[in-house]
Amino acid sequence: MDWLVTPFSSNAFMVHALIAGVLVSIACAIAGTFVILRGLAFIGDALAHGVLPGIAVAILVGFPGIIGAAIGAAGMIGGITLITQRSRLSSDTAIGLLFVGMLSLGVVIVSRSNSFSGDLTRILFGEILGISVSAIFIQLAATIVIAALAIICARPFLLLSFDPEQAEVAGFSSRLYHSIMLFMIAVTVVVSFQTVGTLLVFGMLIAPAGAGALLARRVEIMMLWAVLFGALSMYFGLLISYHFNLAAGASIVLVTVAIFFVVFIIQNIRGRRAVRPQEATHG
Amino acid sequence: MDSRKQVFASAAGETEAFKMSNGGAPYVRAMHLSIGYPNEVVVADISFELRQGQAIALIGTNGSGKSTLLKTIVGLLPPLGGEVSVFGMRPGSNPRRIAYLGQFHASGFILPLRVVDVVRMGRFPLYGLRRRMGRQDDEIVLSAMRRMGIEKLAESPLRSLSGGQQQRTYLSQVLAHQADLLILDEPTAGLDAGGRELYLQAISDELRRGASIVTATHDIQEEPALCDQVMLLARRVVALGTPQQVLTHDALLETFGIVVFGDQKHVHVLEATHGHDDKERLR
Repeated sequence: MDWLVTPFSSNAFMVHALIAGVLVSIACAIAGTFVILRGLAFIGDALAHGVLPGIAVAILVGFPGIIGAAIGAAGMIGGITLITQRSRLSSDTAIGLLFVGMLSLGVVIVSRSNSFSGDLTRILFGEILGISVSAIFIQLAATIVIAALAIICARPFLLLSFDPEQAEVAGFSSRLYHSIMLFMIAVTVVVSFQTVGTLLVFGMLIAPAGAGALLARRVEIMMLWAVLFGALSMYFGLLISYHFNLAAGASIVLVTVAIFFVVFIIQNIRGRRAVRPQEATHG
Repeated sequence: MDSRKQVFASAAGETEAFKMSNGGAPYVRAMHLSIGYPNEVVVADISFELRQGQAIALIGTNGSGKSTLLKTIVGLLPPLGGEVSVFGMRPGSNPRRIAYLGQFHASGFILPLRVVDVVRMGRFPLYGLRRRMGRQDDEIVLSAMRRMGIEKLAESPLRSLSGGQQQRTYLSQVLAHQADLLILDEPTAGLDAGGRELYLQAISDELRRGASIVTATHDIQEEPALCDQVMLLARRVVALGTPQQVLTHDALLETFGIVVFGDQKHVHVLEATHGHDDKERLR
């Protein structure tokens, strides 16, 4: 029991890390659910990495990294939209192009500066154990915004995931709500980079929601599973990192990916044993 | 060819001859309408009117322009020329009054949705973003599922259903809308004999309720019998008129390139020596 509780009861920084982590889990569960349902994993990945040059420039000129990340994300989405609309190329191509371009730009900027090596690790893997109280409040505000958007736009988001044409005919502009969805994902990535870093936030976006998708029959339930899996990963990831002196962000993401595979294996074993009832009666 | 032009001309001129429930404005009106995609006209010069309580069947091969016409009527594709109005307005201005069944559904196999959730989506256009649905809506949703014989599957995940059961679910979604105008793209695709019968019963009930229907179909027997007008399409309007006027061997031969007819003892096969596609290319 000590092993499970003491690290948190005797260290304020661990409690801060857990609070920030749970907030990240909630934001990532909501945004990640739509990343999976709408097949936006690639754009999520690109956003997570594409914010790097923005953060690097912000740190160079002495601005908070989060502002640079927001500008980077806006540039990324703007670029993808422009290329997709003004050329015959698919969005995959546009995303890939911007992704590599922004990532290389980030590395070039970082390589010009000698004082960056510590910062780079911090950007890529986050610093959840050194998270400040003000950063927790920013994360809280962002999580509230993301949850509010998901509640307000529940119907168009569901229709959009089901069939974008159906959404359009039902009177919900698919372009508008797709943009809102991208905005939601971008906000999640931008504010979460401080906690789990730009490389690992992508794991938090897709692994818990992916495991939820395997289990749930309804979108709301999928989201709840994702929150649960995300929060569990935060708790056990922090614990493992504390006891074995491992990198915190990476430990958390390893736990969340491990949870996905455990759920996946259990589902497969159950799927083989059980004959699905509706196929037996109505097939 | 001349006789077919006559059929077209008389059908356009004698809309009074068709069943008309009132003298109000037509629900759908097309005048010399050209449809297609930005660099490709699929069908030019389409003219027809559809009034309250009437149905029109669009019949033609794959790629003949049926789906393109439906998408133009619901506002998913802009008209390329001529005029089209729906309820006297630009297509797409009246989402509350139009239900659309498309041919493809983006992610029926990824989405964690139960049958009842999909059918409920049919009510979304009436309630917009946030207006709450009531008990009356639950009853309408249940009755829509009953009409397609899937009420026992209500709680089943959509992804566990067979193709035919999924199609029944999508049809229930359309019925749940209780729209004034139903736009159905190959509504009987994948349905078994029982499903087709329920569908035919449902659309004749919808017509009796006062709704109008535009349906794209491969069926040249049962469905057109319920329709006031039939339009044969082969990247142009081959014929338009009542089912009796239009569904002649000659017109079908020109539309499909082959016609099979006969009784129990004899089977006749008519095959066009030059397919209509070749003629189109020479033009």
